[in-house]
Amino acid sequence: MFALGLKGGVELSHSSLAAISGPAFVTILLGCLTPVSAYLVLRKLGKFSIADSAGIAAHYGSVSAVTFIAAQQFVTSVGAPAEGFMPTLLTLLEIPGIQIALAIGAFQMASAAKAAGGTESAQLGRPVKEILHELLTSRSMMLLVGGLVIGTAVGETGWKPVQPVFEGLFKGLLTIFLLEMGLAAGSRLSDLKHAGFFLLAFGMLMPIIHGALGAWLGSLAGLSVGDCTVLAAMASSASYIAAPPAVRMTLPEANPTFYLTAALAITFPFNLLAGIPIYFEIAKRLCA
Amino acid sequence: MLTIIAESLLQERMFNEIRKAGARGYTITNAEGEGLRQRRVSEILGANIRIETIVSPEVADRLLEVISTEYFERFAVIAYLSTVSVIRGEKYV
Repeated sequence: MFALGLKGGVELSHSSLAAISGPAFVTILLGCLTPVSAYLVLRKLGKFSIADSAGIAAHYGSVSAVTFIAAQQFVTSVGAPAEGFMPTLLTLLEIPGIQIALAIGAFQMASAAKAAGGTESAQLGRPVKEILHELLTSRSMMLLVGGLVIGTAVGETGWKPVQPVFEGLFKGLLTIFLLEMGLAAGSRLSDLKHAGFFLLAFGMLMPIIHGALGAWLGSLAGLSVGDCTVLAAMASSASYIAAPPAVRMTLPEANPTFYLTAALAITFPFNLLAGIPIYFEIAKRLCA
Repeated sequence: MLTIIAESLLQERMFNEIRKAGARGYTITNAEGEGLRQRRVSEILGANIRIETIVSPEVADRLLEVISTEYFERFAVIAYLSTVSVIRGEKYV
């Protein structure tokens, strides 16, 4: 996370504010839309409970940094590299994602409880400010935003000395990390049968919908093909590191098997194997 | 002494509850295990934590009250009391 933020911050120090404001705006919009759309599909079509729907939606509203990196590598390798400020967009996409889904969950549960005759505050359990604080100061967020700030502040000159670690070693360490995630995803495969067919379909179709939405919004902001692909990949991805603990704390009623299996065992491999190329094709047709 | 075994992500919240209830300190170790609720929720954080805090019976009761009302239903937590003998009693009450 830190390396990502750092590199992004350095790139950001090169960019002008004007270049980034359009993309930043659509990214925030995207970040607000994806958790809502995921929630609605899960609740209305999938008939999941409020807690489960909000919990899973929180994952899809958030971003998988690994998927982002994979998308970046992909577009570079096909000759359509993405802009340097993509990590900034990643942060912007990440922040509203989890919050909005959790907020929907909390409010829906509170009103359901009120309708059933209980008291509104009882459902939430903890003040909203506390939850928000916890989410914004989570490890992942701190590292990403911290990296961005530091990168922007030190610029190219500060980056050079540490480049061997944060760029050179990065790929190797990333490989090890991916192996670890692969093991984790693999151990969850047996949970697929508990997840049910709807979740399986959701884990593959929802990313495509979100990806297309991302690519389209990216085209409106004038992003290049490479940028659109990466944005689409981010929108489609589901977090499985930052989101699970956040959801567990705030919506303990949500079944972890659903959200973990969907994000880690279904969507993550799907995006890496098929998703990213699909978004590239979509981006080619929509973007500059 | 009150021993609490909980999901590791509850760490901060547990510390707050322990302090609020009036305990003077605590010790925390990593733990792993299984109960009625099964899976770990985070691949990165450790599985469980065990917190031990030596307290007076009143503080223990307060703490158990909070844990049973707010945590038992929703999270994977267990808690149990045991009697221990200490030498410097004033440190704990």
